[in-house]
Amino acid sequence: MNITVLKPGMHTLLQDAGRYGYQHSGVPVSGAMDLFSHRVANIVAGNHGDAATLEMTLQGPRLEFADDALISICGADLSPSIDAEPVPEGKAVCIRAGSVLQFGTCRAGCRAYLAINGGFDVPAVMGSRSTYETARLGGLQGRALVKGDILRAGARQTGLYPGLNQELSRARRAFAVPKWSVNQHVEKLGRVPQVVRIIPGRHWEAFAAARSLLTDSAFRIAPDSNRMGFRLDGPAVRLEKPLELLSEAVSFGTIQVPPGGKPIILMADRQTTGGYPRIAEVASVDLHLLAQLKPGDSLRFELVSLAQAQALYLMREQEMLAIREAVELHMGL
Amino acid sequence: MGDRALVIEFGDAADPVLSSHIAAVAQHMRASPPAGVLDIVPTYTTLAVHYDPAEVEDGDSPYEALAAQLASWLEKEPPGSTVEGRAVEIPVCYGGEFGEDLDALAIRNGLQPDAVMRLHSAARYHVHMLGFVPGFAYLGGLDPRLATPRRDSPRPKVPAGSVAIGGSHTGIFPLETPGGWHLIGRTPLRLFTPESEPPCLLNAGDTVRFVPIDAAQFASLSRGQP
Repeated sequence: MNITVLKPGMHTLLQDAGRYGYQHSGVPVSGAMDLFSHRVANIVAGNHGDAATLEMTLQGPRLEFADDALISICGADLSPSIDAEPVPEGKAVCIRAGSVLQFGTCRAGCRAYLAINGGFDVPAVMGSRSTYETARLGGLQGRALVKGDILRAGARQTGLYPGLNQELSRARRAFAVPKWSVNQHVEKLGRVPQVVRIIPGRHWEAFAAARSLLTDSAFRIAPDSNRMGFRLDGPAVRLEKPLELLSEAVSFGTIQVPPGGKPIILMADRQTTGGYPRIAEVASVDLHLLAQLKPGDSLRFELVSLAQAQALYLMREQEMLAIREAVELHMGL
Repeated sequence: MGDRALVIEFGDAADPVLSSHIAAVAQHMRASPPAGVLDIVPTYTTLAVHYDPAEVEDGDSPYEALAAQLASWLEKEPPGSTVEGRAVEIPVCYGGEFGEDLDALAIRNGLQPDAVMRLHSAARYHVHMLGFVPGFAYLGGLDPRLATPRRDSPRPKVPAGSVAIGGSHTGIFPLETPGGWHLIGRTPLRLFTPESEPPCLLNAGDTVRFVPIDAAQFASLSRGQP
């Protein structure tokens, strides 16, 4: 099963849930910025484990499918179409051999995820297929897609969505989709300012005077933001007095503040350690909303406790199970 | 540290004995980690444990449950344990095209370039931790006479293998990355090899010595690298 890259899109990368087990060697976790959409795309495409998906940012690629395939697209609305006909997100899509999937304007969010049944077939490097460009690790030769690349998919599981396959063979259309779709939180993607929940960080107390600025002001995603980190424009959040810190480990969602007072939220390609004071940590359940913000978008922070954040996390995992069960009913398994 | 990691504090100052102990705890913990643990990261004074709250056993409050498990685990750890570090020699070609900031750094510190080389290669350095990029070792033990504030504007590209000084630290850049440190030399060795286990030449607890080589030796050692 081959897919030819006719146009690569702005920054299209193979990602999975990330490369764990090597942070003590300084190897970043990487992985999908919006893990929620990545996971839902895999569930809908009928993948059981953590298959690699294509992370497409703002401007998606143009892809030609050599064979029939079962795919799904979740996350940002990048106006996907197959042979010029709009194709809905959050649904299983049976695409006909020879068809071309392409993307148009970004209408909501920033990053969309394309999953294919069987998974994109690239070797796992240090246990993950995620692309980490700085060290040229994982993905397709450790880099973003370029024109002319051939993506391969693993063996397709037969018998999934029997109704869709029948419809594809009857109709003349380039693809077939079901009536149902999954709840993928798209309704939240266009919300301005986006509300992102945080919990106090390691140095919350050292920001005693300035920390209310974090929760009472709106911030904007600065232009020099990327998969490593989002820089925030807004009021300067300064320490009471300078802190001499030794480097320590950081997480996905750590909000650190360099001396200038301009906070940085660490994202998927973050370094494993950092030496700036950390004012707060983004609650994991809201990281997917953050990942859908683009430079210029505004956000606000809302303080919750660690216990609340973990309770929300456990609820989200229950929701994931419920989504999987609901989708499997449609799959005909 | 957030809802998916916790930090255990062991002290508050950079000290080879302390970081070597934390590395030992990390190594032992990694051999049989509690359920849900994804990564164990030793640093100068702390140990970070990254975990999946949904996979922690008895997880009404995953944080409380894991913290209790780790506390009882730490009670069994011998208090003075240290990691068995290796002594690693790093060949370095100093100055010239390999270390273009060597002369300027010497002038700035009132030294001859030869003296910089001598002082830098005479010391034994301790690997406190890894971070920044894959295979980058935070080394302790730079002679204070060589300490130099970082460059005003970082270089967009520092070649892989560069040996550099930034503030009171010295280090080796495993990959081509941007960097604000002063380049004094380069090693032909590969610091990070993803297909090896462990993937890094240097690991927490190791000691490092720099051995001066000339351009011809650099070339022949480079050919020996995969």
